[in-house]
Formats: sequence, structure tokens, C-alpha cells
Amino acid sequence: MGLVRNVAQMKPGEVGVVSGFTDDHLSVKLMEMGCLPGAPVRFNFSAPLGDPICISVAGYELSLRLEEAATISILN
Amino acid sequence: MAPASKTKIALVGNPNSGKSSLFNQLTGLNQKVGNFPGVTVDKKSGFTTLADGTVVEIVDLPGIYSIYPRSLDERIVSEILLDHRSAELPDKIVVVADATNLKRSLLLLTQIVDMGLPVMLVLNMMDLVAKAGISYDFTALSKRLGVPVVAVNARKGEGIKELKEQFSKPLAVSQQPCFTIWEEAKAPVKALRDALGVDNDYEAYLYLEQPDSLKFLPADSKSKVDHIRTGHKFFPGKFQGAETIQRYSYIQDLLNDITLRASDHSWKKYSNQLDRILTHKVWGYLIFLGLLMLIFQAIFAWATVPMDFIDALFADVSQWVGAALPAGPATSLLAEGIIPGLGGIVIFVPQIAILFAFISILEESGYMARVVFLMDKIMRRFGLNGKSVVPLISGVACAIPAIMATRTIDNWKERTITIMITPLISCSARLPIFTIIIALIVPNETALGFFNLQGLALMGLYLLGFVMAIASAWIMNLIIRVRERSYLVMEMPTYRVPKWSNVGYTILEKTKAFVLEAGKVIMAISIVLWVLASYGPGDITARAQESVQQESANLRLTEEGLQDRVAARKLEYSYAGIIGKAIEPAIRPLGYDWKIGIALITSFAAREVFVGTMATIYSIGSAGDEDETTIKTRMREEVNPETGGARFTPAVGFSLLLFYTFAMQCMSTIAVVYRETKGWKWPLLQFAYMTALAYISAFIVYQVMR
Ligand SMILES: Nc1nc2c(ncn2[C@@H]2O[C@H](COP(=O)(O)OP(=O)(O)O)[C@@H](O)[C@H]2O)c(=O)[nH]1
Ligand SMILES: [Mg+2]
Repeated sequence: MGLVRNVAQMKPGEVGVVSGFTDDHLSVKLMEMGCLPGAPVRFNFSAPLGDPICISVAGYELSLRLEEAATISILN
Repeated sequence: MAPASKTKIALVGNPNSGKSSLFNQLTGLNQKVGNFPGVTVDKKSGFTTLADGTVVEIVDLPGIYSIYPRSLDERIVSEILLDHRSAELPDKIVVVADATNLKRSLLLLTQIVDMGLPVMLVLNMMDLVAKAGISYDFTALSKRLGVPVVAVNARKGEGIKELKEQFSKPLAVSQQPCFTIWEEAKAPVKALRDALGVDNDYEAYLYLEQPDSLKFLPADSKSKVDHIRTGHKFFPGKFQGAETIQRYSYIQDLLNDITLRASDHSWKKYSNQLDRILTHKVWGYLIFLGLLMLIFQAIFAWATVPMDFIDALFADVSQWVGAALPAGPATSLLAEGIIPGLGGIVIFVPQIAILFAFISILEESGYMARVVFLMDKIMRRFGLNGKSVVPLISGVACAIPAIMATRTIDNWKERTITIMITPLISCSARLPIFTIIIALIVPNETALGFFNLQGLALMGLYLLGFVMAIASAWIMNLIIRVRERSYLVMEMPTYRVPKWSNVGYTILEKTKAFVLEAGKVIMAISIVLWVLASYGPGDITARAQESVQQESANLRLTEEGLQDRVAARKLEYSYAGIIGKAIEPAIRPLGYDWKIGIALITSFAAREVFVGTMATIYSIGSAGDEDETTIKTRMREEVNPETGGARFTPAVGFSLLLFYTFAMQCMSTIAVVYRETKGWKWPLLQFAYMTALAYISAFIVYQVMR
């Protein structure tokens, strides 16, 4: 088994499945917005300066900062 | 006769679900802006007439994802829905759902159902649902949730009639609980219901979960809640994640049963194509810059046409009133105080309207979220947030709506810094001062073939304000040491062609709010100014006459020249003159005399009053002047008695320009900052630092240039 990856480490166009969160406070917000464990995510693109990034999850697009994206663990 | 209290229907839902579109469809022009009692959030409400002729009130609430608030403007929703005894509690609640993404909207709906409130579900964006090939079983959905379901297209206005019919029917509370409270929470919930008589379990549970949303409770009830919370070791937020998961699993089951055909699950493509350009590392910034220039061009060039018209209109009316009514203090108050005061408010309407036209188009189309996305990393270096961009742009028209727009920033520090620096962005009220002083001291010539010097000077002042704002933010970021995490989890809405009527309603709403908000203050100040300039200790008219006559007994003055001197002397003796003279020692190092002192004082209330005061001072000071010479020529002719040269030398002019670029001279802004930060600390600090900045820079430039 390799290391657990997170959304911040994804490449543009890559897809994965949310497997968990490393930040309790943020996870609550993300889950309310439909970003639940088991939901597929896709990394769309990052802003010109590399941060924030845009992902697709639960049928819509979400922008978040890299440090926030790093709290979402994925499986793929 | 209007009934004592109208049925109140509140629209809630996720951001971008179409609440405002639906609100506009229902109420049309029958809208009003106001404030919720005791809180700062605007209350957007309006009225709609049902088929049977009854009129109901519709309230548009800020967009939320759940009943747990994350920012200031979201908190209002949980406060209103939790306070069951308040007059603000809606009689019916409408959850507006983007039906193409029903799952997320249902989270909020199930929470409101569990709170025991009468609620109905509106499935909006049915056109997009049809296009995506999605199909739901509405009857089953309605039955499972125990709430009425109405399908609409808020963009086209389809389904509004059916929705209004639903409004006419009585709305029962759903008896289908969606969520079961944890074993551990049952005891404190029961204790709380016994102690406070809260209506149902989930509501009591929210009392425990949201200590910050209970401002409406009297202190003793609040301490009871706190007591129960600590007594049962209940930590707010502990179960929130688990609650969300439980609700979503309920919702998923529900959706599995009622979805006849789901959309195909391939990833969306359309937004990406546009985003490739609009968030491109070169094109993205160039397009944003181009848009900014377009907005400034519109505010400064296009708006001058209606503004000149308004200016001339009010001058004419004031002159006509002054001539038509019998002379006396009442006429003078009307012609010299009230009418110019009104004019001073109305003149900004074109700029505010144009600015909000742009902002609303950018927001409606979904582009604003991309601006936030592009700018966030840069803004963060200065302790700001990508979302600070909107207030900073709005600040170019007026700081008041700009400061109110900071509510979407959920991080306290970033929001406070944004509020603190926004008034440094040169607002349209500074423009008349800039224009008039630049015209006095900068030659109307072109340099290098095509740069107009006056235009360059104006642009320089705007840049200076902006640079100072960013520099101040950077410094405050170093000073304010608060460890609070900042978030930017934000939906990137799908690009859409703006709905023009929505844009129109936004312009109307913002303009109205400005006129009411700033208008009150400016109006009051205009009247105070008139009193200060017209009255003084004793009979100043007699005293002025006497002293002028004594002085000029040997001089052979014309009747007109005499009157001029009397009027000027009268102003000197008035309260305004006394105050102006009192502060003269303080402002002399900046190159100002007591007349400019009067203008500084009156414009501490609102900058735009400066030009008006100059006009008042010089027009009162030259009563009997037959033809209206413009204020500019009067200022140019003003002589400095000490030097014998012009009063407004370049040194004085630049000193004034810098002073007005940095000074916090707007009572309405102070009032708004007080309201938004809930105290005097920030407005006073802001006033102090901006005044210091203004004074020091004006001092330096005057002493160097003199
Ligand atoms: N296609 C379509 N677009 C809609 C509909 N209702 C609203 N919109 C658009 O969705 C966007 C967000 O709507 P708005 O009313 O501002 O949503 P709010 O954030 O909930 O107030 C706007 O661009 C609207 O024009 C609809 O029924 N169909
Ligand atoms: Mg809205």
C-alpha cells in the first residue's frame, strides 16, 4: 500500500474518490456541500499562481485553497 | 384596509439556486430594502398578490448550504428560524432548490422539516433538468418528505402561478422526521425542552449546537442553555459531521426512490472551455484588467452626462426657489441648505447605478467567482481574501455598499482589514474635489503628445489611494495577530447569460439603499452647515454691517461692494467662521486658511460637501454678484492676504488633494463601519489612522513645495 494521497496532489484531469478528511472543522463544511466520503472528485485546473484550485465534486465545481484541498484524502 | 399582519413567506436555499430570480418574479417592482431589527444584514422583502387578492410578504434570505452558519450573512438565517417567538419568524418557508443538483438542496430542507417549521419545496431550473434528461417523481417526493413540491423555472417565470396557488393553501408542518438525535444528546435536549419550552427536539438540539445564534434569548434563558450544555458535557460542533452524513444517507435513499431517470454521470465540460481562457495565467488577468478599465471608464466618463444634468437641475431649482419665495430664513434654508443637500445625494446616483450594473452582471454571469479565484493568492499576501476584490472595486463608487459587501468574507481578520482599507479607495465623492482642485493647479495641456496632464494627475490620485490601501493592509496584517483559519471553499457557479431584469432589480435595490443610508447623513449635515454659516453669537448681520461701515467710511465703495464685504464679514462672525478660525493654527502648516478650515470641518461629515461649502462660502461671501460666476473662477480669484498672491497655489492644491485622498471624511462610512464591526473600536482606529495619514502627507507636500 502506498501513501494516502490527497486532492492537492492530483494532476489536472485526474479523478479519484473521496476517502476521508484530515481536518474536522473543514470536513463539516465540505460535507455539507456534498463532498462526502465515497463521492468521485476530479481535479479541473489550478489558478495561475498555483493556488487555489478548482475541482468537480457532487455534480458541481468547487474552488478551494491548496491547504484546504490537502485535507481531503482520496483513493484512485 | 391592510390586514394587521401579512403572511410572511421566506425564501431560503443554496447560493445560486435562483432565490433572487424567484423573488424578483414574485414581487416585481414591489420591493423594499430595510434592516432586520438589531442586525446588520439587509432585509430584502417585497409583496405579491395571490389569485384571491390577498397580499403576502416575501423575504429573500442569504444563500446557505445548511442551518449551520459559516459567515455573518449566513447566521441571520439560523437566527430567524430559531427564534420562534419573533415577529420576523416567517409563517411559511420556501426552500428553493437547484433541481439539477437536488441532493445538496435537500440537506437544508430536511433540517428545516426537523425544526418543525411549515416548509415547501420549490424545484427550480426545470428547464435545465429537462435538458439534462433528469426526471423525478414529484408526488412520491412530496409524500416522502411530507411537504408540497412545486416545479418552476424562475428565469422564465414558469410555474409561478402554481406556486402562488400553493401559497394560498394552508401549510401544515411535516410529520416525517428525517434525522434521529444521538443517544448522548437526548438527555440535554430533554432538559432544554423542559427548561425553556422549546417546541421540538431538533430545535432544542440546535440551541445546544449553535451558542452564537441565540442572541434573541434573554440573558437568563441563555445562561440556562449554557448550563445545560456544560452540565451534559455537550460540545457544539461535535456531532455536526455525523449529522450531515446521516442526513445525506437518508437523502440518497430518498433520491434512489424518486428519481425516474438520473442525468448521465459524465463530468461537465462546458464551464471548463471558458475557464481555460478566463482563468488563464495571461489572458485571465488581462481580461480582468480590461473589465476594470471599462468599469472606471463608465463611472467617470459616461456618468458625467447625467451628473452634469442633475447638477444643473438642482442649481436651477435652488435659484428659482430663492427668487420665487419671499426672502427670510425659511427660504434661505430651503434654497441654500436643503435643495443643494438633496442635490449632493442625487448626483451620485448615476455612478452607483453604473457600478452596480457591472457588479451585478459579473455576479449573475458567474464571472465574479473567477475573479476571486484569480486574485486570492495575491490578496492573501496582504492579509486580504480573494473575496476582498468585490468591496475594493465597489469602493470606487462608494465605501458604504463596499463595506456591506465584506460580509461574504467569513474570516474575521481578512474581513476587518478589508473594511479598514476600503475607504482609502477613492470613491466618487472625492471626484468633484479632485476635479476642481486639479483644474485650479494643473494646466490643461498634453504631455508627450497624448497624455492630458489633468487626466494624469487624476489617475495618479486614484493609484495613490489604491497603493496606500494595499500598503495599509500589509501593515495591518503584520499588526493584527489573530490565529483564525481562513477558508476559501466556494462554489464556482456555471457560466450563465445574465438575466437582465435581475440586474435591473439589483441596481434599484443598491441605489435605494445608498440614497437612504448616505442620504440621511448628508441631508442632516447640509442643514447643520447652513445653520452654522448663517448664524453666530449675537446679531451678526448688524455687527458685520457696523464694522464694515466703520472700516470703509473713507473708502468710496459702491453699494454692491459694500454688500459683498458685509456678507463676507458676516460669514467670518458666524459659528462656521469661528470654528474655522479656531482650527486655523492646526491647518496652517498644511497651507490652509480659516475658509478652507470651514470646508474641512463640514466635509468631515461627507467629502462631497467640500465643493458645496466652497460654493456656499464664496457665494455667501459675494452676495449681490449679478451673474453666477462658477465656483472655480471664484476660487482662482481668491487672494491670500499674506502673500498678495493666489490663495490656491500648487502647494496648497496638492496638499488638499493628498489630504482628501487619505482622510476618512465620511460620517456615513463611519456609521456603517460601526454597524458592521459592532463597536466603536474599528471606526475610531480607522478614523485616526486615515486622518494621520492625510495630515502628515499634506504637511510634507506643502512644506516641500512651498
Ligand atoms: N436556466 C435557468 N437559470 C436560472 C433559473 N433560475 C435562476 N437562474 C439563473 O441562476 C443564476 C443564479 O440565480 P439567482 O437568482 O441569483 O440565485 P440566488 O443566488 O439563489 O439568489 C442566475 O444567473 C439566474 O439567471 C432557471 O429556472 N433556469
Ligand atoms: Mg441572491
